[in-house]
Amino acid sequence: MTAVASEPRRDDHARLPPHELLGVALQGLATRKLRAALSALGIAIGIGAMVAVVGVSSSAQANLLSEIDQLGTNLLTVAPSQDALGNNASLPNTALAMIAGMRNVSSAAAVYQVSNVNVYRSALIPSEQTGGIGVDATSDNLPAVVGTSLASGHFLGSVASRYPEVVLGAGAAQNLDFHQADGNVMVYIGGHLFTVVGILKPVALDSTLDGQAFISLPIAEKYFREPDTPSEIYVRSGQNAVNGVANLLPATANPQDPSGLSVNRPSNVLEARAAAKGQFTTLLLGLGAVALLVGAIGIANIMVISVLERRGEIGLRRALGATRGHISAQFLAESALLAAIGGVAGLALGAGATDVYAVTKHEPFVIPSYALIAAPACGFVIGALAGLYPAMKAARLSPTEALRA
Amino acid sequence: MIELSEVIKEYAGGVRALRGISLQVADGEQVAIVGPSGSGKTTMLTILGTLERPTSGRVEIEGTAIAEASDPALAGLRAHRIGFVFQSFHLQETMSVLDNVATGMLYMGLPLRERRRIARGALDRVGLSHRVDFRPRTLSGGERQRVAIARAVAKQPAILLADEPTGNLDSRSGAGVLELLHGLGLDGATLVLITHDAAVADTFPRRLHMRDGEIIEDEAA
Repeated sequence: MTAVASEPRRDDHARLPPHELLGVALQGLATRKLRAALSALGIAIGIGAMVAVVGVSSSAQANLLSEIDQLGTNLLTVAPSQDALGNNASLPNTALAMIAGMRNVSSAAAVYQVSNVNVYRSALIPSEQTGGIGVDATSDNLPAVVGTSLASGHFLGSVASRYPEVVLGAGAAQNLDFHQADGNVMVYIGGHLFTVVGILKPVALDSTLDGQAFISLPIAEKYFREPDTPSEIYVRSGQNAVNGVANLLPATANPQDPSGLSVNRPSNVLEARAAAKGQFTTLLLGLGAVALLVGAIGIANIMVISVLERRGEIGLRRALGATRGHISAQFLAESALLAAIGGVAGLALGAGATDVYAVTKHEPFVIPSYALIAAPACGFVIGALAGLYPAMKAARLSPTEALRA
Repeated sequence: MIELSEVIKEYAGGVRALRGISLQVADGEQVAIVGPSGSGKTTMLTILGTLERPTSGRVEIEGTAIAEASDPALAGLRAHRIGFVFQSFHLQETMSVLDNVATGMLYMGLPLRERRRIARGALDRVGLSHRVDFRPRTLSGGERQRVAIARAVAKQPAILLADEPTGNLDSRSGAGVLELLHGLGLDGATLVLITHDAAVADTFPRRLHMRDGEIIEDEAA
């Protein structure tokens, strides 16, 4: 501002306080309700898509995490792998007892793979149609240790150690088309008839068990002369001692060759999967962003048209004492407000979509709290950006041109 | 106080709308600028109303040199000291008559309640207190121009500029509007009216005749 002697008095300034600006902008929008609603809809769809993506993935993630919580993150597995010299290692027979005796280990169960033996529904099925079902010998407490229970029937017990009884994993049962284990069905395992006494529920922490059939150790030894060493040991540790137990497991299981054993924490896989559920959404978020961009262009377009249509109003306001700044602020406020309304509507849309998803999938309804602020704020910023050019155009408009009309 | 000396206004494309205008209008004077279309009288009004700056020459309105003043300074001058009346009224259809008049004081920084209070008084002065809550479109042309006049005078401007205020009106309504403009008293405000109609100009004590961007006659009664 040039300081000339003839500067108007201090109280002669043109003013437009924020609340008046808001009123002017609201009135501008109210004048063209349908148009405002349609252009806000563009933003609402974009924001709604993004909120829905974030909401759905958060709900799925929350569901998975709560499942993991229920399953417990204190399950560890020990299995032989290759030792430092590249030889195939093995778990010694003493490993289970040693591990079970560890401090902070609450329970442990071993699984012994019975090799070259398959499960068939009848003796008539060609031997090469194995269905991919492996046979494991194990102890009674396996379901408790891995965190599953019986879908039907019961698990191996004292009878199973004397008679040929089998319990099927969930996947194996499905493969063989068994849905009930009432003791009336039998399967052929390695040429012997076994009574199906139980079907397990899926083991969320280690789905490889689902495809197995389980028999008792004494029967495995009696019928198949196998196995001598465990193929995997499942260990439940104290919740706060998981890492300590994990570190000690190899040396405890096989003091002679601890490097040949690998220790896993199955819940880590699930947690990684939960994290992946969040990351998978990037692509969908990108699609939402494209919708948002289209919405923003829609707003910019409508504002440019609006500026052209309202030249008379702009000229009048300039005559009434509006500065160029007041004019651009008015148009900027209109488009920001429009998009912020779109953002709120989008939040509602996205929340609605998430709710429908959560209800149909029986998952918890989760909208991240940042979305509650980010959705309208995002709209506001986008609207302000979209309105930038039209607002500048409006401010530059010559007032006389418009007023002569 | 309005002072112009050697004012030239050129538009893009080399159109010279004003060709060296020098003029003084004292406070409280009532002046008609009369001339055929294309004579530069509307350009005169926009310069007097500080909506445009001259290409060259000196313009001083109410003690403010227009060429050097900033946009906010000129806007402030318009907000507080200058009232406009236009041929096509420029009323906003989405607002009531009262709010149209109140909007005339929006950029003065007065609160809405105060603006409405003053607007009511102004509408009373132009004889439209019974139309306060009407929409402009429901009013006759003459009434609409009265609303526009109320909007211009409500803030008690030092200068009232009217651009063909009777141009869109039949002769009876036009006469009524003119009568109103003269009769308002305007608290000593300067009134400058633009017209192509000699009969309208004749109601003014001072008449500036324009042609081709120049004042060809400064006629005072």
